[in-house]
Amino acid sequence: MFNRDTWNEIFETIQKNKLRTFLSGFTVALGILIFVSLFGLGNGLINTFDKFFQEDATNVLYLFPGKTTLPYKGYKSSRRIEFENSDLADIKKNFPMFLEYVTPRISRNRLVKFEEESDNYTTTGVDWGHQFAEKTIIMKGRYLNVEDIKKKAKYAVIGRLVEQDLFGSKNALGKYLDIGGSVFKVIGVFQDDGGDREERGIYVPYTTLQLIEKNTDKIDQIVVAFKPEMGYMGAMAFESSLDKFFKDKKFISPKDQNGIFIRNVADQLEQNQQFARVLQIIVAFVAFGTIIAGIIGISNIMVFVVKERTKELGIRKALGATPNAVISTILLESVFITTISGFTGMLIGIALLTSLGESLAEDYFITNPYINTGVAIFATLILIIFGAIAGYIPAKRAARIKPIVALRDE
Amino acid sequence: MIEIKDLHKSYKMGSNVLHVLKGINFTVEEGELVAIMGSSGSGKSTLLNILGMLDVADSGEYTLDGVPIKNLNETKAANYRNKFLGFVFQSFNLINYKSALENVALPLYYQKVPRKERQERALKYLDQVGLKEWANHLPSELSGGQNQRVAIARAMASEPKVLLADEPTGALDSTTSYEVMDLIQKINDQGNTILVVTHEDDIAHMCKRIVYLKDGVIVEDKKVKQVRASAHV
Repeated sequence: MFNRDTWNEIFETIQKNKLRTFLSGFTVALGILIFVSLFGLGNGLINTFDKFFQEDATNVLYLFPGKTTLPYKGYKSSRRIEFENSDLADIKKNFPMFLEYVTPRISRNRLVKFEEESDNYTTTGVDWGHQFAEKTIIMKGRYLNVEDIKKKAKYAVIGRLVEQDLFGSKNALGKYLDIGGSVFKVIGVFQDDGGDREERGIYVPYTTLQLIEKNTDKIDQIVVAFKPEMGYMGAMAFESSLDKFFKDKKFISPKDQNGIFIRNVADQLEQNQQFARVLQIIVAFVAFGTIIAGIIGISNIMVFVVKERTKELGIRKALGATPNAVISTILLESVFITTISGFTGMLIGIALLTSLGESLAEDYFITNPYINTGVAIFATLILIIFGAIAGYIPAKRAARIKPIVALRDE
Repeated sequence: MIEIKDLHKSYKMGSNVLHVLKGINFTVEEGELVAIMGSSGSGKSTLLNILGMLDVADSGEYTLDGVPIKNLNETKAANYRNKFLGFVFQSFNLINYKSALENVALPLYYQKVPRKERQERALKYLDQVGLKEWANHLPSELSGGQNQRVAIARAMASEPKVLLADEPTGALDSTTSYEVMDLIQKINDQGNTILVVTHEDDIAHMCKRIVYLKDGVIVEDKKVKQVRASAHV
């Protein structure tokens, strides 16, 4: 069945029936190509998704002050809530067993000058822990440390693009910057996976920023990092006790939803992962549909092929082809074509995905689309096997036709 | 060579049963050239198809070269056809995407003859029918007479015991008909047994024996003096 002669016969048949070869080959190649592309693009979407929510630490709570909507304990409603340094100390004092670090965040838009160059940048006053909350990566120099905060040092850590904008090709480390009228020494340059916006930022000690602003102790936001081993449930519990603590301290009604806001990344992460899972299911469903369509396509073509060859098969039978020879002629030909074209389609699909890379990231939220090679090969094999099964049924019928009937079929 | 006894065959046509062969008894010796004649519907093609194992009789005995032909499954029938029989059809039945040489070599492929030997033998038979120069042409590039000669070469390539020709000249003009008959006579001269179904008197008289069929029975079976086709060419 698998000798060279059989294959010669098959190659000849394939070569001399180009339309037929093209039709079945094209269907399979296209089916696999679409499957691989869809699956890959879906994976790319999930990639983007993961990236979105992994640029910042996931074990943090963000606390924002709001405005009360209910009167409480003698305070009127519409009172603006503010955070101050004592809140940081209270968190550290009351929840030491949950905490990894706490950092405030005071954001200001400041004109920043170096020699002739100047531009507006977001300057954020932070504590040392902020590096981990934002997953800031230090390229050179160092981040702010405990000493800098305590001494209210006039140090700045600048983004990669700030250095590029203001210093050009020069090294910013050790140089002095004018930030909103005060002079800061550059002690570090960072990069951030969060993108250009984050890399156009400057970090300074929050204590220094407060000192410049008439020695205030107000804080915009508080970032609280909890111990990751607490897990999702622990994070939720910690969130509600923080909420209770601050509502109590700031005299906000427990029923007031707007006095203080807590954004829980763990909660969001859970939701997002759920969304990504749904996305994956949809992608798998569509891809599965493509494969089914491919199977139906190849089945139709096999029926057509056998129908077209009825007379030829009758002649072959009259000349002494056994039913098995007839079936194997049809099947080997079909399996050969589907295998070659299936794997061609698969390779084209993989090449296509690889060539896309990051090019769709900006507009279509698809980053590095890829398909697991195992999945691609599995889908291709499925199509080949079902193509063979779909071919076997009409082939068997053709093998059973009496030659005389087949020969009469003009 | 061929021995049939009390052969019956009927076809179902909706609710009607068409009794085509009503008890045929018939013997052919080795080296004979027999014409089977009859008007259309007399059952001559059905008889040939049963002899060729392309169709199965309802009842009766059939012995071919001492081998009783019965209880055939498809595989067995295919092997017998391949070993014992060569076919020539009215409409040539060549495979249209294969060249003349490949068509002739096809029965040898099913005899599992190695490729090289296959090609050599096919070329030899093409040469015998005078088409050696046309070996690599497709059937569509050949005339009707040439196609029929390719078909005869193909039928002879497997060196069958019996050559069965179903209206071999039916699709040809008289000049090419005689050329084809000349070829068949020459093959018969070499000692091959040949059965020719025809409804043309002149073709029948180029055989050595004529069997007349009418309404499914043999009405006449006579030896005739062979007219050589070469006289007409």
